[in-house]
Amino acid sequence: MDAQYCNLLRQLQEVSFGLVDLNLFLDNNPNNQHALAEYNRLHQKYMELKNMYECTYGPLANFGYSPSQYPWRWVNDPWPWEL
Amino acid sequence: MWIYEKKLQYPVRVDTKDVRMAKYLITQYGGPDGELAAALRYLNQRYTMPTGKAKALLTDIGTEELAHLEVIATLVYKLLKDASLEELKEAGLASHYADHDRALFYVDANGVPWTAAYIQAKGDPIADLHEDMAAEQKARATYEWLINLSDDPGVKDALRFLREREVVHFQRFGEALNDVHEYLNTKKCY
Repeated sequence: MDAQYCNLLRQLQEVSFGLVDLNLFLDNNPNNQHALAEYNRLHQKYMELKNMYECTYGPLANFGYSPSQYPWRWVNDPWPWEL
Repeated sequence: MWIYEKKLQYPVRVDTKDVRMAKYLITQYGGPDGELAAALRYLNQRYTMPTGKAKALLTDIGTEELAHLEVIATLVYKLLKDASLEELKEAGLASHYADHDRALFYVDANGVPWTAAYIQAKGDPIADLHEDMAAEQKARATYEWLINLSDDPGVKDALRFLREREVVHFQRFGEALNDVHEYLNTKKCY
């Protein structure tokens, strides 16, 4: 895949990991305002990146969490284990 | 990667506590034709599927099976909720109580723990898709026996939904099998 694809995917992975990690912290510390503000900021960032990715490369998620251009692009290679 | 959605795929209503039914239903949690076996089988077989369509289908059905696992867990949880020790004993769940109290565990209706020996990955997509179709039929039959065993309208309703999904999965796997056959014939790579 091209450099732009790798770059966008990398950014998605970084923001997504930040969200996973903050999520775990917030599970134990639901009243932490700093962590929550950062979580919400990264959520916005993630949605922007996801939208950019999907416009060019097709759905990132199944079951209605991503739209698809015609034809249904969910079935397109590469899959995560093929990169 | 996976994300979790905080809702059941199908709403579950249980009208009356039924400890004996929970003992039978747990087989769709951790039994040979249960939802855990189905999810793990499909999510593991997808790596050696030859087409994007088959990889997508196994990913999606494997993921839906995890949602079904949660529906079964909810049914068992509700059927067992507030059961007394006396009721557990009467239903033959004293041995379950000894090891797990009222916790869920991946066992069949006789308490036998889940094993990877229930599933297979042959690396041959034709063999694997045939296994998947057989698995869906066995799960469909299990749901029918479970519906026969229950007299709770809410439980029967949820089981009918799960039974119907097995039929749909069987049909989709059948289409995938035809498609993979076609792909292999054009590739001549056997």
